[in-house]
Amino acid sequence: MSPPLLEVNDLTKHFAVRTGLLGGRGAAVRAVDGVSFSLERGETLSIVGESGCGKSTVGRAVLRLLDVTGGQVVLDGRRIDDLSAGAMRPLRRRIQVVFQDPFSSLNPRMRVRDILAEPLRNFRLARGARALDARVAALLDTVRLPRDAAGRFPHEFSGGQRQRIGIARALAPEPDLIVCDEAVSALDVSVKAQVVNLLQDLQRELGLALLFISHDLAIVEHMTHRVAVMYLGQIVEIAARARVFAAPKHPYTQALLSAVPVPEPGAARDRIVLKGDVPSPIDPPPGCRFHTRCPYAFARCRTEVPRLRRLSPEQEAACHLHDRPAAENPLA
Amino acid sequence: MSPPGAPDLAAAAAAPGIAVAAAPDLPDIFPPVVRRRGLRGVVARHPAAAIGVAILLLMLLAALLAPVLFTVDPTALAPSRRTRLPSAQYWFGTDMLGRDIYSRVIYGARVSLVVGFSVAALASAIGLAIGLVSGFVRVLDGIVMRVMDGLMSIPPILLAVALMALTRGSVGNVVAAITIAEIPRVARLVRGVVLSLREQPYVDGAVASGSTVPAIIWRHILPNTLAPLSVQATYICASAMITEAILSFIGAGTPPTTPSWGNIMAEGRALWQVKPTIVFFPALFLSLTVLAVNLVGDGLRDALDPRMAKRL
Repeated sequence: MSPPLLEVNDLTKHFAVRTGLLGGRGAAVRAVDGVSFSLERGETLSIVGESGCGKSTVGRAVLRLLDVTGGQVVLDGRRIDDLSAGAMRPLRRRIQVVFQDPFSSLNPRMRVRDILAEPLRNFRLARGARALDARVAALLDTVRLPRDAAGRFPHEFSGGQRQRIGIARALAPEPDLIVCDEAVSALDVSVKAQVVNLLQDLQRELGLALLFISHDLAIVEHMTHRVAVMYLGQIVEIAARARVFAAPKHPYTQALLSAVPVPEPGAARDRIVLKGDVPSPIDPPPGCRFHTRCPYAFARCRTEVPRLRRLSPEQEAACHLHDRPAAENPLA
Repeated sequence: MSPPGAPDLAAAAAAPGIAVAAAPDLPDIFPPVVRRRGLRGVVARHPAAAIGVAILLLMLLAALLAPVLFTVDPTALAPSRRTRLPSAQYWFGTDMLGRDIYSRVIYGARVSLVVGFSVAALASAIGLAIGLVSGFVRVLDGIVMRVMDGLMSIPPILLAVALMALTRGSVGNVVAAITIAEIPRVARLVRGVVLSLREQPYVDGAVASGSTVPAIIWRHILPNTLAPLSVQATYICASAMITEAILSFIGAGTPPTTPSWGNIMAEGRALWQVKPTIVFFPALFLSLTVLAVNLVGDGLRDALDPRMAKRL
């Protein structure tokens, strides 16, 4: 069996925090602490979680936009996290990115044609001006933008159109994987739906794998195959979409799902309101990182770190409750 | 929504028999904007910048064509005709050595413009290089910026005076002294812009697109640095002209044999209360030129924002 397209093993990223006047040995923000997952060709894995849980850092590590502190990123059986910048460059063709902000993700001084030509030139995918123009036109067709867009500047487009330009740039080098870092979060609802549908169409047509980083559970439920839920730099639950949304197996996932607005006035809702704030990633709590806010926490949670446990073929969760007899497990 | 002034239809329907009047056409509040193209359109949209460009062009022409603009030798002495008021023969009068002030002011434009433009170009180029290095090579950043801070802690005029004290007075040395004093400001500006640009998602996008660091600097960093830099350059140009005049005024700038607005004013200073015209004309030209450069700078600032490109 061939290896998965992307494998992330025990990924860790700490950011040094300078403390004191001279910035001596300071603490570290443990943005990502031991994250593992894999992604198959043509599959969508969504990483969800609240702001600051490290989901974007995972995306940037996969893109090799930052150097990891520990762990491995393996693309198609080849480790890429320890490659030099020069050795990484040709491999960048296979992993592309769409950013959240459609305004700052495109250079305001470049015409759309030049924006799309940049990856084509870098990876030598089009020789000569005519071939380049043909590729640019084809890319604009793919993302359903008019061809005359090529001669215009990003500021002449709306947010949704710019996001299509961003997607076209990501598609230009014919990647296997696109990291969508909150790619639709900044868009209006109707535009959001268009862009999401476009991404799904492209996935079907081109066999793309998507790493979809989002905090919008409604969108995630609409388009993903699998979901990884992150809290304070760790994955607390990773499962097939249907399992996560129908039968979450981690108290944090439950709370997250209960916070999704229901578009139905007067609908009965059992909201689980978490108490307190997210603890600081500089000094995360011992044991289970969620125990300070977990409604079901017991003694073991405060001392022992729970590992991801396979609960069914398509569902893993990191919670000590599942070691208890079913009668004492509110999540069973 | 019914426009104000239109009759309330519900009330009219409730009271049959009352004729319903049609609402009169309201005048358009915003008349359609017709964008004038070409030079006249630019002048109409940016009158201040247009005036600045016009004054600057006139000064440039005066400096270039000084010998044919009815001037005499600006250094020719005529002690018998000293301190004359403006007249048909001496348009701006004469100074205490009988030299023609009109000729001296016109020739003096050469010094101011050469100093202003040279300092702006040199300080921008050197400051750009230092700022780029500082913004991209993090290990050098601390050292380079502390040196710049050190230079900035000395007032630019004092620094220029000190540098001039090391050499002979000449236009070249004045340019060098003012350039050194202005470089830190440019370097700081460029470094700040580079640091903020490096965090832009489109730079990450370029990395993901396989661009090398030099290509990213060339395609993404430099073009976005040039707009704030060129605006800064105009302000440096204006401040260099003033600094040159100050240096000449206190005798640390251009040698007395070369007329410059600063040294004409310095020579007229003693007679200020008796013959104010000696100081007035070079001061007028200096003020006009500096104002013009600043107006051009403001215009550039507005025009170089690509989101406002359509308004140009």
